[in-house]
Amino acid sequence: MSGRAFSYFPGCSLECSNRAYDASTRNVAAVLGIQMPELEDWNCCGATAYFGVDEARAGVMAARNLALAEARGHDLVTVCSGCYLALGKTNHRLAEDADLRRDVQQALRAGGMDYRGTVTVRHFLDVVVRDVGEEAVRRHVVRPLQGLPVACYHGCQLSRPHGEIDDPEFPDVMDRLVGWLGAAPAPFPLKTRCCGGMLMTTQPGLGREMTGKLLLAAKAGGAHCVATACPLCQVNLEAYQRAIGRERGEDCRIPVLYFTQLMGWAFGLGSGDLRLEEALTPARELLAGLGATP
Amino acid sequence: MVAPCIQCGTCTASCPASHAMDLSPRRIVAALRAGQRDTVLSSRSLWLCASCYACVVRCPSGIPFTDVAYALKREAARTGVDDRRGSALARAFVRVADRLGRSAETELLLRYWLSTNPLRAIAALPLAFRLWRRGRLSLFGRGIVGRQDLQRMMAALERPGSGA
Ligand code: SF4
Ligand code: SF4
Repeated sequence: MSGRAFSYFPGCSLECSNRAYDASTRNVAAVLGIQMPELEDWNCCGATAYFGVDEARAGVMAARNLALAEARGHDLVTVCSGCYLALGKTNHRLAEDADLRRDVQQALRAGGMDYRGTVTVRHFLDVVVRDVGEEAVRRHVVRPLQGLPVACYHGCQLSRPHGEIDDPEFPDVMDRLVGWLGAAPAPFPLKTRCCGGMLMTTQPGLGREMTGKLLLAAKAGGAHCVATACPLCQVNLEAYQRAIGRERGEDCRIPVLYFTQLMGWAFGLGSGDLRLEEALTPARELLAGLGATP
Repeated sequence: MVAPCIQCGTCTASCPASHAMDLSPRRIVAALRAGQRDTVLSSRSLWLCASCYACVVRCPSGIPFTDVAYALKREAARTGVDDRRGSALARAFVRVADRLGRSAETELLLRYWLSTNPLRAIAALPLAFRLWRRGRLSLFGRGIVGRQDLQRMMAALERPGSGA
């Protein structure tokens, strides 16, 4: 399956705490002419948590979405690294593991569905960089980001374990993209170190420690903002800045934007289209100030 | 799955959470090979694994430690020897996802805190308020239309002979 049309899988976080990611993704896709209607009646991808409880049931959760996309005849695209991995990993496992495939297929049929294995799971960041490409992205830039230093936080589940998008150790797919937008990727050696994920809830102390390291490293590299490609990373990096700052006695405040918001701004979209006002650490001022003379 | 381990410790050195673990990833693998399954299953390390795959991509012996940890989490939860917090969150997640077909953050967290430490819910109020003010918090999740189909699929997995 190919062509520049996809079924869009928003994922549960984008319905609630990360609506700005959803809005900016849809609006940026529209500018680029990528057809990606929302996958009708999608369900939870299974996430990290379900796989720790029951593998076959987690497989069914993911596979129902793959089956829905297959029926539409399109590949799946998502902007959540967690969904990307859960759906993609299940897709791989179904191809490799005949027992799992049999169980999952039998379950799908009980619900009136079928999956033959023809769908590819993509991350929107990869679609933009690989399919759309530098030339077309640059062509849409009407408000270049004026050398804004950005720490490109790739996170862990974007390029690991399969490394389909980029190098699992040191990806630079997002650095390249923000460069096309006129920003300047800042040095950020911890770009794939895990933000703690759900540990922020189950082990808050450890979660804040893991996230704090990332925030300080981003600032130490001279970044004025962090860009993310995952809603969970975004919340972890943004929502606890005050608490982490208090604990460490250092200023940890730094805007954390979705890469789609940076794209949208460079493409001339308004702050309402990108829902910049939903940021906890103000981000709109940073972008609005870019054009101004110092 | 763990037989080819050469005990090099690359997994532990790569792990962003290993310093907080009682058994490091390398030691978990060693204990598994020594047949000390109970030691491993009662270790709180399992629930400190964030599934970031740093250990997997670096292991020179190709051991998928993240998947080993997943399998151990499932076994620990089944046999009842587990850290309350990590498994409680996973269980709450599964309950919400099974009922609605989707996750719903507020319900998930409330269920989790009620089953572990309700005081944490109160401690989280200031952040909840900041999120709510920006429209980033909703109290109720929306279920999917195909909920019953999904439940039928799950039920089919449980039938004998299905291998589940
Ligand atoms: S990195 Fe691999 S080989 Fe080395 S100790 Fe860990 S599991 Fe064993
Ligand atoms: S997957 Fe788990 S054990 Fe491996 S490096 Fe990440 S947190 Fe550590």
